[in-house]
Amino acid sequence: MAKKSFDVQVIAKLCKACGICVSLCPKNVFDRAADGKAVVSRPEECIGCVSCELHCPDFCVEVMEKEAE
Amino acid sequence: MKPAYQKYFRDNLPHIWCAGCGNGIVMSAWARAVDELGLDKNNMIGVSGIGCSSRITGYLDLHTLHTAHGRALPFATGAKMARPDMDVFVFSGDGDCSAIGGNHFIHACRRNINMTLIVINNNIYGMTGGQFSPLTPFGKKATTAPYGSIDRSFNLCDLAIGAGASFVARGDIFHAKQLTDLIKAGYQHKGFSVIEVIAACPISYGRRNGIPNPADMMQYIKEHTVMKAAAEKMSAEELADKHIIGVLQEINEAPEYCESYAALCERVQGGTK
Ligand SMILES: Cc1ncc(C[n+]2csc(CCOP(=O)(O)OP(=O)(O)O)c2C)c(N)n1
Ligand code: SF4
Ligand code: SF4
Ligand code: SF4
Repeated sequence: MAKKSFDVQVIAKLCKACGICVSLCPKNVFDRAADGKAVVSRPEECIGCVSCELHCPDFCVEVMEKEAE
Repeated sequence: MKPAYQKYFRDNLPHIWCAGCGNGIVMSAWARAVDELGLDKNNMIGVSGIGCSSRITGYLDLHTLHTAHGRALPFATGAKMARPDMDVFVFSGDGDCSAIGGNHFIHACRRNINMTLIVINNNIYGMTGGQFSPLTPFGKKATTAPYGSIDRSFNLCDLAIGAGASFVARGDIFHAKQLTDLIKAGYQHKGFSVIEVIAACPISYGRRNGIPNPADMMQYIKEHTVMKAAAEKMSAEELADKHIIGVLQEINEAPEYCESYAALCERVQGGTK
């Protein structure tokens, strides 16, 4: 079975740079920009645990499973 | 944004809460719960008092009442009595619910009216800058307790059980999926449901108590919450600074208030109308 892959998006306009998603992600998918906001740097590492999505206080992370190619 | 959030939230984000505030995490857990239950937002009433947490009603696209400090439950009781067919959710803070609203809280517990109360417990009066509340743990700092609080705190769930609440649960913002399940269970219970949520105020509480960083605060909550089943195997000492999470009380025999009222009307005057 092919490995599942995910698309991870951050709505930068709503992000308040709290760092919760960055610290909870078990796969180090995020980096922080100069202003502290979360940026998705390594989406190919994502395992779809949705911890980032569940814990973002500003509802701005979304994880979507990609259709198999 | 997730469809469940778009469906139940108003189009007025970003919200006013500070970076890393737990209120948003409770709000999204609630939205997932009502979405999974398939509840109609036009048949839902959201009621809150005053505080940062109470501002939640300003972001929900329901019939909402943002009322007076400590008085969310009396307003909600009136709404539910007038429209027992509607779903009522009440949002309150630890100060709002257990200090100024403490008396309303215990009487709502014994009255057993069919609605769901979510108490966001961030251990402090967040909105007014960090005075201690009845849920500030002993020894923790607040603007009004700069050397640490010497008041013993309430255990809100024990208080609710003692006052006769028919459904009592505790969740927290780290176990966010479980929180959604607890809110669903609270809604499905017929009677008054109390759900305490251990939450974070990094600004007014965290900064004063050595955990100013929201990610550290999340870690702190993870380390200080224990599932009910695991807690049963732990000693009192091990549990001293822990919050037990899960459903702590559920009784189905208590009469529900709207039903008792309708039965009374039927008995004395042949129906409510
Ligand atoms: C009658 C009355 N007394 C005092 C206040 C001031 N006041 C506003 S919010 C608040 C405390 C809020 O604390 P809590 O309910 O824990 O909510 P949080 O802000 O922490 O979410 C107080 C004392 C008020 N608005 N009305
Ligand atoms: S879903 Fe899990 S693995 Fe993927 S980015 Fe979010 S926290 Fe990281
Ligand atoms: S949890 Fe949300 S608000 Fe916080 S850094 Fe991540 S995307 Fe931004
Ligand atoms: S003061 Fe505390 S409770 Fe209020 S918005 Fe800021 S972090 Fe949240």
